[in-house]
Amino acid sequence: MSSAPAAASPKLRAKGRPADIIFQGISTFAGISILVMLGLVAIFLVVQSIPAFGPDFDVKGTSNFLEYVGPLAFGTVWASFLAMIMAVPVAIGIALFITHFAPRKLASTIGFVIDLLAAVPSVVFGLWGANVLAGFMKPAYAWLSDNLGFIPLFAGTASGTGRTILTASIVLAVMVLPIITALSREVFLQTPRLHEEASLALGATRWEMIKMAVLPFGASGIVSASILGLGRALGETMAIAMVLSPSLVVSFILTSGTNPSTIASNIALSFPEAHGNEVSALIATGLVLFIITILVNGLARWLLGRNPRTGGAK
Amino acid sequence: MSKRIEAKDLNVYYGDFLAVEGVTMNIEPRSVTALIGPSGCGKSTFIRTLNRMHEVIPGAHVKGQVLLDGDNLYGDGVDPVLVRRQVGMVFQRPNPFPTMSIRDNVLAGVKLNNRRIAKSDAEALVEKSLRGANLWNEVKDRLELPGSGLSGGQQQRLCIARAIAVSPEVLLMDEPCSALDPISTLAIEDLIGELKQEYTIVIVTHNMQQASRVSDSTAFFNIAGTGKPGKLIEYDETTKMFSNPNEKSTEDYVSGRFG
Ligand SMILES: Nc1ncnc2c1ncn2[C@@H]1O[C@H](COP(=O)(O)OP(=O)(O)O)[C@@H](O)[C@H]1O
Ligand SMILES: [Mg+2]
Repeated sequence: MSSAPAAASPKLRAKGRPADIIFQGISTFAGISILVMLGLVAIFLVVQSIPAFGPDFDVKGTSNFLEYVGPLAFGTVWASFLAMIMAVPVAIGIALFITHFAPRKLASTIGFVIDLLAAVPSVVFGLWGANVLAGFMKPAYAWLSDNLGFIPLFAGTASGTGRTILTASIVLAVMVLPIITALSREVFLQTPRLHEEASLALGATRWEMIKMAVLPFGASGIVSASILGLGRALGETMAIAMVLSPSLVVSFILTSGTNPSTIASNIALSFPEAHGNEVSALIATGLVLFIITILVNGLARWLLGRNPRTGGAK
Repeated sequence: MSKRIEAKDLNVYYGDFLAVEGVTMNIEPRSVTALIGPSGCGKSTFIRTLNRMHEVIPGAHVKGQVLLDGDNLYGDGVDPVLVRRQVGMVFQRPNPFPTMSIRDNVLAGVKLNNRRIAKSDAEALVEKSLRGANLWNEVKDRLELPGSGLSGGQQQRLCIARAIAVSPEVLLMDEPCSALDPISTLAIEDLIGELKQEYTIVIVTHNMQQASRVSDSTAFFNIAGTGKPGKLIEYDETTKMFSNPNEKSTEDYVSGRFG
């Protein structure tokens, strides 16, 4: 549009329509406020954690911040990693079952149960993990360390309580299962009928059709769903805090009584008694968790962008 | 290769709804049979019962028989997966697998059911199938590129190459040209003329000229009104159907004097 005609006939000049202006104002405000909030959180974390980087650091027997946060960051990533290994295949399996194998009634029942699972508060999962699952898993851990102790993952003496990092990870896996399942289900439902029929018409079995048409189409959606689940696992506080007694170790052993803790649960457990330097240290670990989450998200986006087809193609 | 199809008193249902009623017809091997008729008269429904693709839709089922050289496709213990290996299908919209290269698209059906194929055999089969679909010269330098990068007409010929790579007995085509431009349409029509040397071909088309150009026999389906079942009205040699049909409604339809 050139400006000349508009200037010549002022009647054509766009009138500001109130609804448009108000709506634009509201949505712009909402968009900016999310950025502002995120920025404020980041500033809060940075400012409050500065004292933790000072020379006279002394929290829980560690002499500098890295020594303190290292095991916690490790525990956070390790527990989430274990949870994802368990949750993602199961979630994909459930989503495929719901969308492609189950009779309609059964499918909607399962979908309902999964959604219910998402509504259970994490404290309840924590109680279940500490009081039920731990006891249930205890004999299994004893067996694993007796018979498979030569594998580093099961080395040493088994936990006497069953409250191990593996128990915590199983609880995490159950907690992230609903979100990954629900999102994968939505993606699988959108598989173009065209491609499903193409493979069936070639003589594909149902499973082959899933491999040829459904999974390639859903790949990027599965990654996104997993990232959302992972975000929840990284930040999960109560369930881990109730299952694991915190200790500052870096250990890959799944069955031991001495387990690394996670950043979020450590903050929850230590904050009530913390004072002075330790408060700053805890906030600084929060900053580290914030950074880990951003890194994980970035990594996922990079993975998605690298795959030429999933970058938004049909 | 190439087998005779006999439909015997075939009824097709979607749940309780009778969509196609009482079709009995013999389809000769190495011939092209066109199915014509107004929208909603059950052409797609009928053609999909010839390789049991209608079963993809929950509740769809048939009564009656479809014999492929005398073997009932709906007999006890007949596996629809194996039926579809013998009776290939090309769809209205070209549907190459978007994640696969042109080569892998051609080989997609061949590698199913855990079948392995030596690399040199695979190369030969890719060339043979693409030549068979009149596509080889256009894509031989870019077999590694995704099939979705081709034009619509090329994609449709890729789908034909994919279908004939598994050496079916019968090739079903449901309006294969309706999403294509006239030039691509002519390319596919030429191809159909060549393919009938080897395959039994059944094609649904809305285009009367196309039916009269490519087919040996023509079947006219019609429907008495919405909610009524579609029926086979007349089935004869194409020349007869277009010049001097027995039924008044056939004549009205082929001459364009029809809704
Ligand atoms: N998936 C389906 N579910 C229920 N009814 C269907 C379905 N597909 C087609 N029909 C019905 O079957 C009849 C025949 O449809 P169709 O075979 O697609 O006709 P045509 O291909 O000749 O246009 C129509 O009445 C249509 O509404
Ligand atoms: Mg149709």
